[in-house]
Amino acid sequence: MAHICLEDLSLSFPVLHGGSRSLKKTLLARAKSTVAAKTGAVGGRMRISGNSAEVVEVQALFNVSFTISEGERVGLVGHNGAGKSTLLRVLAGIYETNEGTLDIEGDTHALIDPNAGMNGELTGRENIQLFACRMGMGRVATQELEKDVEAFSDLGAFFDLPVRLYSSGMSVRLGFALATVPRPRILLMDEWFMAGDQKFQDKARARLEGMVDAAEILVVTSHALSILRQWCTRIIWMESGEIRMDGPTEEVLDAYEAALAITPV
Amino acid sequence: MSVPSPASDVARDEAPRRQSRRDTPRGSPAARAWADWKETRRLWRLGVRLGWLDIRLRYRGSALGPFWLTITSALMVASMGVLYSRLFHMQLATYLPFLSLSLTLWSVGLSSLIQESCTCFLEAEAMVRSVQLPLLLYALRVVVRNAIVFAHNIVVPLAVFAIYHVWPGVNALLALPALLLWALDGFAACMVFGSLCARFRDIAPIVGALLQIVFYVTPVIWMPQQLGAKVSYLLYNPFYPLLEIVREPLLGRVPSLQIWGIALAISVVFWLIAVRAFIRARARLVFWI
Repeated sequence: MAHICLEDLSLSFPVLHGGSRSLKKTLLARAKSTVAAKTGAVGGRMRISGNSAEVVEVQALFNVSFTISEGERVGLVGHNGAGKSTLLRVLAGIYETNEGTLDIEGDTHALIDPNAGMNGELTGRENIQLFACRMGMGRVATQELEKDVEAFSDLGAFFDLPVRLYSSGMSVRLGFALATVPRPRILLMDEWFMAGDQKFQDKARARLEGMVDAAEILVVTSHALSILRQWCTRIIWMESGEIRMDGPTEEVLDAYEAALAITPV
Repeated sequence: MSVPSPASDVARDEAPRRQSRRDTPRGSPAARAWADWKETRRLWRLGVRLGWLDIRLRYRGSALGPFWLTITSALMVASMGVLYSRLFHMQLATYLPFLSLSLTLWSVGLSSLIQESCTCFLEAEAMVRSVQLPLLLYALRVVVRNAIVFAHNIVVPLAVFAIYHVWPGVNALLALPALLLWALDGFAACMVFGSLCARFRDIAPIVGALLQIVFYVTPVIWMPQQLGAKVSYLLYNPFYPLLEIVREPLLGRVPSLQIWGIALAISVVFWLIAVRAFIRARARLVFWI
């Protein structure tokens, strides 16, 4: 049985910039050690850590707890910087934290970035081969995959040109075609998959829905509320790294829309 | 939501399902680093592939490919050989084979391995942030890439050997375990310098500058014997034994057990430091790059 279980999970990460990137300046700053604290209203909470004035710690997730069991289709909503994508990355195992517990049963596949793991210098075909290698596919499977993706992405002659020459729509097509290949038990999806022109959208939808249907658990972030209404059985509303509301789709989305109407973002 | 799945499901069904999550935030940092390593071993083909692709991309569009490097190092060896054999009052026939070998071992071996280990994780930023792959895979990629460049360049000293009719004989085979040790140390270098350079961006140039100094104080363009009685001081330079265990066999000599022992000891210590550094840095690396 696939499930995701989070308990009191918090995640903070350093934002390094300017002098904190430099070993010399960090050592000097340690000698001075200025302590300051500051909390921001937009996005995650920020605090400036003690050692160096320029290491900013962002508290991206704060005491997040929930359990998702098999069959649930969960949507994440919240304004920019609320921690949706961070949460998705934690579930995908890209971000790690020591605070709280995370228990995931079942293999995950994350659609986070359409060009995830793609190399702009390689052609579309070569990127597919690289992807197949990442998935541990054999030769026959790789050839099938190549044909499948070539047909689906419909890139024509561009298929054998380096990906960096693609228009953004074209690279989304390729990325989409590849990303929708695996059949994971837990599917994690960021909102990028809504890109592409209308004709492609229709095609993409069919393919995506096939993938979503096969997954036992879906977690998706989106600003497109109509899609969430259609797809999700449950909505988690994030605000400043915390869960503001968690419940059935209609209930949460109505509250969310009401809140948006009062304070437009 | 029950739309029929799109055409050609064959390929997708054949895509093997990845097994359950291996590294949920349970267990100590050391256990998770170990899981990272196990995952890297499972995906070693991908690491090798990435290394190859790096080389192919670097020389895409050039007819000679990686052999451009070979040509530049041949030119370098020829010009330095003529100059330094005069400066050191040495026979070209004895000096040039030595120089061609040392210079190659240094520049495409030790030096480039360390220099490239600094950007090991930084250069993979996009992948690290969007795909869940073990981090040590990128270390493997750097080692593979360097091994390929090394194989292309070792041709230069071999050609010089052929011209001057020096042949190392079977002793040359002793260089193979030593090269393996280099590869292992290169992997460790990726763990240390890759992590450090991700956090502090000024370390890579510092490493570059130090390597320049090490180049002059290590017997690369000069021979250890030229130091005379002071040769034992060289043992304080960790690069000296590492260089010797590869160079001596290729010059037809058997390196002493003492040299091998020191080289092994240095490697073990370096590995311990590397493992510690990687365990501490691993979970944070994704935020640093």
